[in-house]
Amino acid sequence: MKIVDALLDMNTSPTPELAARYRADFPILNLKVNDKPLVYLDNAASSQMPQSVIDRLIRYQTTQHANIHRAVHYLSEIATREYETARRTLQHFINAREDREIIFTSGTTDAINLVMHGYGRKFIQSGDEIILTNLEHHSNIVPWQMLAEEKGATIRVVPINDAGELLVDEYEKLFNPRTRFVALTHVSNALGTINPIKNMIAFAHQQGVPVLIDGAQAAPHMKVDVQDLDCDFYAFSGHKLCGPTGIGILYGKAKLLESMQPFKGGGDMIVSVTFEKTTYNTIPYKFEAGTPPIAAAIGFGAAIEYLSKIGLDAIAAYEHELLNYATEQIITIPGVHIIGNTRTKVAVLSFIIDGVHPHDVGTLLNQEGIAVRTGHHCAQPIMQRFKIPATSRASFAFYNTKAEVDTLVEGIHSIQKVFS
Amino acid sequence: MNLKSIYQEVILDHNRKPRNYGTLDNANHHAVGHNPLCGDRIDLALHVEGEHIDRIAFHGESCAICKASASMMTATVKGKSRSEAETLITEFREMVVGNLDLSGPHHLGRLAVFAGVRDLPTRVKCAILPWHTLQAALNSNAIVSTETAEDSIHAASSKA
Repeated sequence: MKIVDALLDMNTSPTPELAARYRADFPILNLKVNDKPLVYLDNAASSQMPQSVIDRLIRYQTTQHANIHRAVHYLSEIATREYETARRTLQHFINAREDREIIFTSGTTDAINLVMHGYGRKFIQSGDEIILTNLEHHSNIVPWQMLAEEKGATIRVVPINDAGELLVDEYEKLFNPRTRFVALTHVSNALGTINPIKNMIAFAHQQGVPVLIDGAQAAPHMKVDVQDLDCDFYAFSGHKLCGPTGIGILYGKAKLLESMQPFKGGGDMIVSVTFEKTTYNTIPYKFEAGTPPIAAAIGFGAAIEYLSKIGLDAIAAYEHELLNYATEQIITIPGVHIIGNTRTKVAVLSFIIDGVHPHDVGTLLNQEGIAVRTGHHCAQPIMQRFKIPATSRASFAFYNTKAEVDTLVEGIHSIQKVFS
Repeated sequence: MNLKSIYQEVILDHNRKPRNYGTLDNANHHAVGHNPLCGDRIDLALHVEGEHIDRIAFHGESCAICKASASMMTATVKGKSRSEAETLITEFREMVVGNLDLSGPHHLGRLAVFAGVRDLPTRVKCAILPWHTLQAALNSNAIVSTETAEDSIHAASSKA
């Protein structure tokens, strides 16, 4: 019902001023940094947490905590129930068919490594090929390189154009009878590009090749429907969706998850253990060895409830308006260049200022209380593609305001003055 | 002094007009310092006569803190003895990691302007790279990186 309310809201006002309505939910946004109001524009690295999620964590720790799936006592039953409720919240959030298709992981990186070990090491052989793209974060490159090295498999890379868009024709040409897997980001963390993953997944499936989607940068900014996308795996992290760190999920189609070997061995992932033979548990527990971050999972669920109440479509619309507002201003500043100019992107602005190293940009903006990310954004192949060592990246959330964009623009002007 | 004014002073003075910028004929010590994380690269050449650094030059691509640090370093160590340079390297390193009491005795002079970097752990490497490179050059090592163990000084082959 609450989601429906938000959608109805949207119909009356296509881009409601979300920041005006929800900013007060985030206590950290009242901070001052270097005596200036914090302008937090590093949301692609990690988003901030609303009071309702903080309260949920406190409530869990003060009234509900025990280990899960084990004891018969009161607290254990409560904790187990809340943990499994969080799993179902995540299931509905991405429209998975069943809750057992949601595996809690420590984050996106952990989820990708799970697929590499569980699926890749079992099914990928010497001479096989794995397709990645030039837009991947290191976390969706390195595990596959490790696998390729171990198995004698080959990595193929989908190139991008100067706007930072994948060349889909080239992608299709990379397929051959040895292609066994595609690992592809939904949204580029460094440039903000939204990839046409639905078509790319469909093409891979025509060749009988499964696809993993790195959704770390997409899930916070748009509605994700894994059944509509028909992806085989989809991974994202809680801390980029206003939740805690140390928690994320891997969605996987039940059939595939069942066919895979466990990633980590330990408690909770077994049905029975003798020294002769261990029988593994069913999914999702087969992939959740050891005591999971229970509080973080429940906090993640609370964060998803919070975002769902606002509505992902409303968030996407508002953030798009912020992006347009920021782009229009920054693009007109002489000597400033935006890297990644596709029209289909999330609210990420990667830019360089002529004659100023991005690290100096980051340090000087910090003096004004503005938090941006500077560096290669764990995506060195993108930097190599554009022949730059690094960029400065402003990434927006629905709690950011146009006034904060103005502060960023003033900050850029003031840096140019220092370096003039 | 807040960081912005350090920036302005250092950048106005040394980033735009770096001292001893360029290459050196007949250098007898040479090293390249590299920070792979941000792409900073400092190429340093020295001519050491007896115990004295009588000529020094650097070039490369880097952020303003690194470039200004290199510029001021070359201006300071030119004409100094090896052992004086070693003392400055130690004091500078201790200062930027916050272990040097600047109110006590030291030899850093205007280099003390970099003390503010200690509040920015991510920028310490930028300020210190030229000094690591100097250490390597004096030890006749050829390449240093900010991303190797043991304070980034490790042996490689020798003179230029």
